[in-house]
Amino acid sequence: MRRSCLFLPGNQPSMLQNGMVLACDVLIFDLEDAVSENEKDAARELVSQALLTLDFGMREIVVRVNDMETPHARLDIIRVTEAGADAVMVPKTVGATTVLKAASILDEAEEKAGLSHGSVSLILLIETAMGIEKALEAASASSRVSALALGGEDLAADLGCRRTKASHELYYARAKLVMAGRACGLDVIDTPFTDARDAEGCYKDACYARSLGFNGKLVISPHHLEPVHRAFRPDESEVAYALEVVEAMRRGKEEGRGAVSLRGKMIDLPVLTQAKRTIELAEASGMLGTKRRAPAKGDGEE
Amino acid sequence: MKPKHRTGKVMPTLEDAIRASSLKNGMTISFHHHLRAGDYVLNDVVRACAALGFSDLTVNASAIMACHTPLLEAIREGVVTGIECNFMHAAVGHAVSQGILEQPVLFRTHGGRPAALENGTSHINVAFIAASAADAEGNCNGKEGSSAFGSIGYAMSDAEHADYVVVVTDNLMPYPLTDVSIPENLVDAVVVCDSIGDPDRIMSGTTRITRDPIGLLIADYTARAIEASGLIENGFSFQTGAGGTSLAAAAYIGERMRKRGVTGSFASGGITGLLVDLLNEGLFTSLADVQCFDREAVVSIRQNPRHVEISASRYASPEAKSAVVDRLDAVILGATEVGTDFSVNVHTDSNGMIMGGSGGHSDTAAGASLAVIAAPLVRARLPLIVDRPQTLSTPGDTIDLLVTQFGMACNPRRPDLHDRLVDAGLPVFSIEELKEKAELLTGRPRLLKNEGRVVARVNDRDGDELDVIRTVSS
Repeated sequence: MRRSCLFLPGNQPSMLQNGMVLACDVLIFDLEDAVSENEKDAARELVSQALLTLDFGMREIVVRVNDMETPHARLDIIRVTEAGADAVMVPKTVGATTVLKAASILDEAEEKAGLSHGSVSLILLIETAMGIEKALEAASASSRVSALALGGEDLAADLGCRRTKASHELYYARAKLVMAGRACGLDVIDTPFTDARDAEGCYKDACYARSLGFNGKLVISPHHLEPVHRAFRPDESEVAYALEVVEAMRRGKEEGRGAVSLRGKMIDLPVLTQAKRTIELAEASGMLGTKRRAPAKGDGEE
Repeated sequence: MKPKHRTGKVMPTLEDAIRASSLKNGMTISFHHHLRAGDYVLNDVVRACAALGFSDLTVNASAIMACHTPLLEAIREGVVTGIECNFMHAAVGHAVSQGILEQPVLFRTHGGRPAALENGTSHINVAFIAASAADAEGNCNGKEGSSAFGSIGYAMSDAEHADYVVVVTDNLMPYPLTDVSIPENLVDAVVVCDSIGDPDRIMSGTTRITRDPIGLLIADYTARAIEASGLIENGFSFQTGAGGTSLAAAAYIGERMRKRGVTGSFASGGITGLLVDLLNEGLFTSLADVQCFDREAVVSIRQNPRHVEISASRYASPEAKSAVVDRLDAVILGATEVGTDFSVNVHTDSNGMIMGGSGGHSDTAAGASLAVIAAPLVRARLPLIVDRPQTLSTPGDTIDLLVTQFGMACNPRRPDLHDRLVDAGLPVFSIEELKEKAELLTGRPRLLKNEGRVVARVNDRDGDELDVIRTVSS
């Protein structure tokens, strides 16, 4: 589940602690943009210690490491792999070259940490024009890749256009990224909404992302967790239909049929996959009883 | 023609009023703190007493605020040798903790202070009452004028019980003042001054809901816990403070009342604009106001008859025939430290230095059906929960629930509440489990040595000594 992927700066101990209680699906500890050059070592150590000692519950733990072109990247990946990160977010990914470099360091890191090959996945942050154009190449470059994520701010700068709330300037990039990611069976995570005080703007932006096919959204402010979760909360009729699909497919399987009819329409495996995704979202939203954690505000506990 | 009777209460200066009061060395003068960080009156009176050569005076104030640091000079000069209060800001508290006063400060509660006046264990010789509007006979209020601060509730008991009452105002109105909070029959003298306070610091503008995500999470858990307790029904009564997290909890409780179609009876205590909004929306039928925290509350108490000014005695005195706090369903309170027996410290900081006081903390905890402490489990790398708080401000048997961002702990005295919280799916732990969680993050802090001279005594609301505070070396 990657509805909400919250960045926390890797150099602030109190913010790292907050990760234990904030109601996000994914925590992304940032060693890149949030950390100044002279704090890179200290932040790496701080994040690693946090991963080793703090209990982040069921949240997926991701570390955004430094640009693969810097000497920090290798040290980051080796240290956070050893400390137990679930995934590494690779910034400024441009095609297979970046991915293979990160994957190769991960091979070494996993061996050093005594982990089985492929334990740690890659989330590719794509934030340049060339990165967008090579999204499919990057997505298919390694079996470690589990998701593509869009970095809209850097992309707008690269495109030389103004970043707006309406986000028309990102339309092509969003659509292209969803297509590339889905073609490879990956999750696709939308760019963050950057106005921390505009919760409704964030909600609309997240609804739009969901309508395009994104699984979730990068989040830079805890205030955006509630609107993002609200945007990805299925409505009651969607959930009811999904439950019917799963039940109909279960009965069909028992009766030895590959495709079954529901409400006068044929349903098959892709429909079942979509239904299961809806049920997973409903569970995460507290609509079917929560498996993940005590629901926080905005998780639809009412 | 028969000459019109004139009482001659209006005196040209504070010095004249002090002379007329027959104040003597060793006596007690009193003040109220509704002007908060903007108060000029306490400092002006103490300065006038110094100029008149007084010594060995005791200052009995409902609270000592940050603006009262000139008191320290008066203490060094021997003008003031005793302080009694319900709250002391760190600006003065740290000096007290370092031993500036020979005689220990006496801490009471907002209810214990009027109770002590009522039962005679405390006595005020001369009360100085700052008023933003007064007439020549001393009828006064805090609601009108450029220095308006709203309710004058804490001063009402002083006016009733002091030997001599001086009203100090910067806004002399024609007789008779119509909206009277303290009536002329209790007042001996009126002094008109240029200003009773700095208007920008008397009121902090609109008090705001926190944007801190951890504060919001604590507020959300708090509101859900209060709802789960079953208290949010028609007639619900409620109190909270002016801190950002408390305000967020109040807002979330308002949402829950709205959703349930509940009309509460009253909200009490220090009143904020947010509670005024809930009143105006019809979610509460009245406000019982002993102190206004922001401009919106001041405007409301002046204009809305359902926003009722109450005295400290009516608010919380255990000597009163009844008090508002005893009708409270729920109160949300803060804490510096919480003991594993749920006892609370709001007097001293992690270094043992005085930085606060009970105010209405232990009064409302004792009175309310559900007393909730809402506070972050870790603050500035220090754990909230300790084996025993450095200072005992509020006894643990009056606290029902502790809510933190990591979950909540229910006092074992309340198994009924525990079951309701668990049934509601809330994250409930034992207080020992929460303590362990905190210590995982902070380590176990070394205990302070508690061996110095006693610099303050902490009384409970009934006047019994709860604890003492000792010197801390700087």
